[in-house]
Amino acid sequence: MTLVVVTVMPKKGVLDPQGQAVQGALAHMGFAGVSDVRVGKRIELEIGGDDPAGQATRMCEDLLANNLIEDYSVEVAG
Amino acid sequence: MSTARVAVLRFPGTLDHESAARAVEGAGAEPVFTHHEDTALPAGTVAVVIPGGFSYGDHLRPGALASRTPIMGAVKAHAADGGKVLGICNGFQILCESGLLPGVLRPNASLSFICRQADLEVADAGTSWTGGRAEGETLSIPFKHHDGAWFGDPGSTRVVLRYRGENPNGSIDKIAGISNLAGNVMGLMPHPEEAQDPLLGSVDGRVLFAALIA
Repeated sequence: MTLVVVTVMPKKGVLDPQGQAVQGALAHMGFAGVSDVRVGKRIELEIGGDDPAGQATRMCEDLLANNLIEDYSVEVAG
Repeated sequence: MSTARVAVLRFPGTLDHESAARAVEGAGAEPVFTHHEDTALPAGTVAVVIPGGFSYGDHLRPGALASRTPIMGAVKAHAADGGKVLGICNGFQILCESGLLPGVLRPNASLSFICRQADLEVADAGTSWTGGRAEGETLSIPFKHHDGAWFGDPGSTRVVLRYRGENPNGSIDKIAGISNLAGNVMGLMPHPEEAQDPLLGSVDGRVLFAALIA
């Protein structure tokens, strides 16, 4: 089995209300100097068979990310 | 004369199927609850309703997992043949995730769950879904959602309904409901099945269910 880590993030330029809410909370808590926050997802996949990175990429295209509003990256972690 | 059958889909986490079924009956059709693992619609189905709720707990993205279930293959074939499909709230999210409608429903700009009666403006009177109401007329229908902000290219669709007044959720162009270009697939965030009885203040939701068998 191969551990593949998929990261899904809101596309740059698409409003991320969750990130904005977190940024606002951090400012209220006194963490100064945070100029931007974006919140995404990390998905860990244990994949067998050939080409785990290719399989994960197809999963991203078919289900794990919505390419209208999200970007993804695939990393083979070992 | 037999009664027209309307499939009302059920996924794990669907909530509004009973209200939707009552509205189908009110329109003079026979609702048939249809399971997400079925690979075919019930025999004689003339239209499909995908009701609201939180299918699969809204995991990953609202509607994402439901849109990949076996029954959606049958719904796509039904739509490709010109059959009517009405998706309400989570059903709208499922239609967008399945590709039957363009765009996607994003979290409300306020990040709050919003529940209230809304005035909707008929923005395109040319589909069957607004029952002959003229452009600019108002339908009073409630909505209740957390992820209702439609995001996409309005030019890729027909904007059937818009929110009047302030934009409640941050959707593009105040869009509340859209149909595909052919006009047979309709999705909206407000709940027409909850605007069926004068006791609840409005019967303006009836036109959308009448359209299923029009």
